[in-house]
Amino acid sequence: MPTLVPRRLSEALDALADDPSLTVLAGGTDVMVGVNYGQRRPAGVLSLRRVPELRGWHVDDDEVVLGSATTYTDLLAPDLARRLPALAAAARTVGSPPIRNTGTIGGNIGTASPAGDTLPVLFAVEAQVEVASAGGTRTVPVSEVVVGPKRTALAAGELVTAVRVPVAAGPQEFLKVGVRNAMVIAIASCALVVDLTRRQVTCALGSVGPVPVRDTAAEMWLRARVDWDGGRLSHQSVVEGFGRRMAAAARPIDDHRAPAAYRRYAIEILARRALERAWCAS
Amino acid sequence: MTDVRARPRQRGREAPAGRVGDSVRRPDGPTKVQGRFAFSSDLEADGMLWGRTLRSPHPHARIRAIDLGPALAIGGVACVVTADDVGGAATYGLIAADQPVFASDVVRFVGEPVAAVAADHPDTAQRAIDAIVVHYEPIPPLVDPQRAADAPSIHPDGNVIRRVRIRHGDPGVTGDVVVDGTYDVGMQDQAFMGPESGLAVPDGSGGVDLWVATQWIHHDRDQVAACLGLPADKVRVHLGGVGGAFGAREDVSIHVHACLLALRSGQPVKMSYLRDESFLGHVHRHPAQMRYRHHATYDGRLVKVEAEITLDGGAYASSSSAVVANAARFACGPYRVPNALVDAVAVRTNNPPCGAMRGFGAVQVCFAHESQMDKLAQRLGIPPVELRLLNAMATGDVLPTGQRITGTAPVAECLRAAVAHPLPAEPGDELLERPGGAGRTADLRRVRRGVGVAVGFKNLMYSEGFDDDSEARVRLDDGVAFVSCAVAEVGQGFVTIAGQVVRSVLGVATVVLEPADTASVGSAGSSSASRQTWMSGGAVLRASRLVADQVRSALARRLGVPPESLLLTDEGRITSADADAHTPPEVDVTVAQAAGREVFEATAVHKHRLTEPLDAETGQGQADVSYAFAAHRAVVDVDIDLGLVRVVQVATGQDVGKVLNPAQVTGQIEGGIAQGVGLAVMEEIVLTDGLVRNPSFTDYLIPTFADAPEVLATCIEQPEPGAPFGAKGVGEPPTISSTAAVVAAIRSATGVDVSRVPVHPWDLI
Amino acid sequence: MVRVVRAEAYELVVNGVVRRVDGALETESLLRVLRDRLGLPGAKNACEQGECGSCSVLVDGVLVCSCLELAAAAAGCEVTTIEGFAPEGASAGAEPSDALLTDVQQAMVDAGGVQCGFCTPGFVVAIHDLLDRVPRPTGPEVREALAGNLCRCTGYGRILAAVEQVVSVRTAGPAT
Repeated sequence: MPTLVPRRLSEALDALADDPSLTVLAGGTDVMVGVNYGQRRPAGVLSLRRVPELRGWHVDDDEVVLGSATTYTDLLAPDLARRLPALAAAARTVGSPPIRNTGTIGGNIGTASPAGDTLPVLFAVEAQVEVASAGGTRTVPVSEVVVGPKRTALAAGELVTAVRVPVAAGPQEFLKVGVRNAMVIAIASCALVVDLTRRQVTCALGSVGPVPVRDTAAEMWLRARVDWDGGRLSHQSVVEGFGRRMAAAARPIDDHRAPAAYRRYAIEILARRALERAWCAS
Repeated sequence: MTDVRARPRQRGREAPAGRVGDSVRRPDGPTKVQGRFAFSSDLEADGMLWGRTLRSPHPHARIRAIDLGPALAIGGVACVVTADDVGGAATYGLIAADQPVFASDVVRFVGEPVAAVAADHPDTAQRAIDAIVVHYEPIPPLVDPQRAADAPSIHPDGNVIRRVRIRHGDPGVTGDVVVDGTYDVGMQDQAFMGPESGLAVPDGSGGVDLWVATQWIHHDRDQVAACLGLPADKVRVHLGGVGGAFGAREDVSIHVHACLLALRSGQPVKMSYLRDESFLGHVHRHPAQMRYRHHATYDGRLVKVEAEITLDGGAYASSSSAVVANAARFACGPYRVPNALVDAVAVRTNNPPCGAMRGFGAVQVCFAHESQMDKLAQRLGIPPVELRLLNAMATGDVLPTGQRITGTAPVAECLRAAVAHPLPAEPGDELLERPGGAGRTADLRRVRRGVGVAVGFKNLMYSEGFDDDSEARVRLDDGVAFVSCAVAEVGQGFVTIAGQVVRSVLGVATVVLEPADTASVGSAGSSSASRQTWMSGGAVLRASRLVADQVRSALARRLGVPPESLLLTDEGRITSADADAHTPPEVDVTVAQAAGREVFEATAVHKHRLTEPLDAETGQGQADVSYAFAAHRAVVDVDIDLGLVRVVQVATGQDVGKVLNPAQVTGQIEGGIAQGVGLAVMEEIVLTDGLVRNPSFTDYLIPTFADAPEVLATCIEQPEPGAPFGAKGVGEPPTISSTAAVVAAIRSATGVDVSRVPVHPWDLI
Repeated sequence: MVRVVRAEAYELVVNGVVRRVDGALETESLLRVLRDRLGLPGAKNACEQGECGSCSVLVDGVLVCSCLELAAAAAGCEVTTIEGFAPEGASAGAEPSDALLTDVQQAMVDAGGVQCGFCTPGFVVAIHDLLDRVPRPTGPEVREALAGNLCRCTGYGRILAAVEQVVSVRTAGPAT
C-alpha cells in the first residue's frame, strides 16, 4: 500500500473513509518518533503535506480561522501573534525551531497529549474545532475533541481541518514550567485569557490533568472581583485567592518528570503571576 | 578483503600549519563541517547485514529458555547468536572479566544483552529481535547500594567490587569545630552524540576486521579476540570516527556481538544503536552516597576529614575498582589535611552498570568536600574563598595517601583567577536571560542571584602501578611527515596536537595522520584519564625527535662534521651549535629540508614513571603520576518561588601546565563546564527498581544553547615536570568542580541546604 | 504477524538532483533514506526523535528534522542536505575538497566550534538557515534559534563565536 499524498481535502477524506486505519501524518513530530523506534507500524499513511485547504488562516469577524496545518512557526508570525498572543507564546515554547517549522496545531489537538503546549490556550479561549469526514463537517468545542490523555473524540474517518480562535479582546498570558530553558515538556502550564468586551476571564492549566483543566467556579469568583470599569482587581488578595483556587483545581500526577505536589504548587504561582501580569497589561 | 567504504574513503588527514602553542585548526575540521567525515555509523560495505541486540527487560531474572525459532523463520534473517555461540571467553571486562557477552542463565540489569541478530535491513533485524521468546523468571532486584554488601550475592564475584580504606595521620584527633553532611550524586550519563556503532567484516579465513567508535582500540582487540577464541592477530580493530566518548566507550558495546554475527554469517555486519538502546548500552557515572565529617580549628585550618563513600557500581564491575580508588584518594579535596579516615566502597547491584565518566570518582567527592567547606565557612564565619585559600594545597604538600606532590599545584592561583573575573550584569529585559526562559515564568522581583565557588582535582594518567604506555611512529618522506598513532580521537583534538608536535620538531608544513588500527601500530592506551597529550603526545614527540636525530646525523655525515656540532631547535630547525662559527648554507634549515628525499622513520614508546598500588589497610602509596587542579566560580539566578535556575556565568582558573593549543583548551573547558552544569541542574538517569525511566533525549536533559552559561577562563601555566612540554591534561578538571560551584551558588541564592545533585526545582521551594 | 510495507518508488530532489528511491520501506524516515539509500550520510542519527537537531536538513527551504519526515511523503520535495552546502561560485557536482567551505563552515573550523563533529552538520544547516532569515541576530536570538541543536563536546561557546564571526564579516561587506 503506498503512502497517500492527496492534493485536495476531498481526496484525503475519501481515502480515510475507504480505510479509517490509515495513519494520518501532518507534521509528523509525534507519529514519526514511534515509527523510528518500531513502536508504530502504520498499515498505510495518509500525508496531509499537500492539502491546500488545511494551510493558511483568515480572519472571520472576531475569530481567526487557522487551517489545521498551521505550524507553530506560523503562529509566531507578527500578524498572527498580535491577534493570538497566548497561542504565540505557547508556540514559542514548543520543541525547537525545526520542530516548530513542522509541527501543526491540528497535530497538537490530534495527539491530545496532557502536556500539549497549545491546548491550555485553546481550552481557555474555548476554541472551536472544525472536523470533516467524507460524510460532512461539524464544529465542536475543543474540550469535546480532546477528551483524555492521548485520546480524542474524533470518529473513524474524521480529520481536524481548522481551529477557530477568537481574536484577543484583552490581555492574554501563557506561562510554562520546564526544567530546561528549551526543548522541554511542560511540567505545569497556565493560559489566562481576559476578554474585556465580554468582561470575563478564563484560565486553563496544562500538564496537571488528563486534559487541560478549567475551573469555571474559580473563573466566576474572579470575574466578580474585577473592577471592570476601573480596569483593576478589587483587592490584592484576589491574586492569592485565584492562585489557590487554580491550584486546588489541578489534578496532577507524580511521574518521572516531576512530583504532583510541585506541579500543584507551581500552578498556584503561575496562576498568580498570569493574573498579575494580565492586570498590569489591561 | 572486503572494501569498506567510508563515504568518501577514509584516509589520513593533512594537518594545517602551526606549532605547539598556536591555536591551530583541527585537520579534520573541513571534512566535519562538510558532513564528509566518516563516523562509525556512516560506514558501509557490500553485502552488509544489519545487527540488532536483544536486551533484558528485567533487572534481575533467571533465563529458563530462549526460543530463537520465530526469529530464524523471518525472511531476511541471516543468523541469530546467543551465549552458546561465544567460542572463546564467555565474559569480558575492563579490569575483571565479569560481564557476559550474552547472558545465559541469569540477567542482572535492564538492558543486559541476551542475543543478537543479523538481517538484511534494520527493520528486519528489529522484527527478529521482537520475535525471539525468552522465558524469564524474575528475581527481586537488589537496587539499594547501602544494602548490597550484606545482601545475597548477585554475582559469583560477590557484591563488593572493592573497598578502599585510607588511614592518614592520627585517627583520634578532633577539631574545635565539627561539621557533618550527607551528600548524594545521581547517575549522570555521558550522552555522547554519536551512538554506539561499527562495522565487522570477516576476512574469509577465520579472522575479522572491526571498525568501531571506541576509546582504546588495542584493549578492545584483546577483549574481542579472547571472546571469539581467536589469537590477537586474527582480530584487527580500526578506529571508526567517534562522536564523543567521555568515558562511555571504554567498555565494549557492539564489538563482540558484531564480530560474532559477521563470522557466523560470513558477511559484513553493521550495528548502530538507536538512542534508547544507547542509554542502556553503556556504563554511566557512579551514583554516590557520601557521609562526611570535617574537623577544623577555630581559625579555619582543617584538622581531619572523615568520609564514608558508597558508589553504586551496578551489575558489572567495569572500571569501578579504579573509580572508587579515585573517590577515596581525592575525597578530602585539594587541601592540606593532616588527618583523614576514608572508607570508600564500590558495590554491585542490579542497577545499570557504572564505570568511567569524565572525572572518574573525583566529581562525586568534589561535590561533597566542597559542600562541606562551605558549611565550615558558614559555621566559622570565614568567607568561602578565604577558607579555601587558607587550606589550599601547594607543591610539597602531602595527600591523604601519603604521596607528596612533587609537580605543580597552583590551587590558590586557580581560585584567585576564577574569582578575579568580572561578575555578570543583572538580568534585564531579555526573556531568555531569566530563569524559565521562553516559558515566561519569571517575575524579576522574585529572582535572586547567588555566587558560589569550588575547587577540585584529580590524577592525570592511570594510577596504582598501572604500567601505561603509548607508541607512535613518525616517518619523514620528501617533506611530508606521516604519523601513525593508535590514539582514539574522540573530539578532544589529539589529531591537531600531534601535527603541532611534529611540526615543532621537524619543521614540516604537511603532517599526515594515518588511520588508526591495531595491526599497523602498537597501543596508544586509552583516551581517558586526561592522558593522551602527555602519553601519546609524548610518544609522537619522542618518535619525531628520533627522526630529527637521524636527519641530523645524516646531515652531519654529508657535511663531514660531528653530529654534536649541529643543534636541533624548538622550531624544527637544524642550526650550527657554535654560534660564532661560519654556518654553511646547508645548515640553518628545517629538519624536513635537511632530510631531502631520504626517508627517515622511527617508532617510540612513551612511558611515565612507575607508581605504586595503595596499601590495602591504610591506603598509603605513591599511586599517582601527576595531578591537575581547577577552581570554578558560578553565578546563578533563581526564581525563588518556582525553583527554576539559570546558570548565568561560570568563571574558572585551571591548572594546565602549558597551553599547547589555546582554542582547543578553551573547547575542553567550555565543554567540561557544560557537563558540570548539566549534572548540577538537570541530568539524571532516573531509576525505579532498576528500570531506566528516561532513556531518551526527551527526558534525559542535557544543556542546550539556551542553557549554556557565559564562560570566562584563565589558564594557569606552571609547566609540569616530567610532562612533555610541561603540559597537563585538560579534559577532566573543568568537569570536576563546576557542579559543586553551581550548587554553592544555588545555596547562596536560596538559602536552601541542597545536598543532592541534580538539583530539581522542587528541592528549592 | 508483522506487516512490512514497501513504498512504491518515488523521487526526491536532493541537492538539486532528482533521486529515485525504490524498494524502501514505507516507514523509512527521510534521514534513513538519505543515509542508507542515497549515499548521503552527512545528516546524523544522534536520536531519531527530533530532540537533537543532528539530522537537520532543508525541505522546500524550511529547516526540519529529517528523522521526523516520512521519506515517501516527501516525494517531490526539494531537500537540501549538508552535502548540498557549498560556497557561491562552487560548481555543482564538483568533487568535494577541503577548500570549498561556506563562510559558516569556515568560521566553525576557525573558531574551534568543531570537536567530535557529530552535531556539526546539523549546526551548519541551522546556522545558514538562521542567518538567511535574520542577518544580524542578537546573542539571545542565536541561542534560541540554535536551541534545537544539541552539542555535548563544546558547551556551545565556540559555536556562538563562529556565528558572531560570520555576522561580523557579512556585515562588514566584501573585503576591499
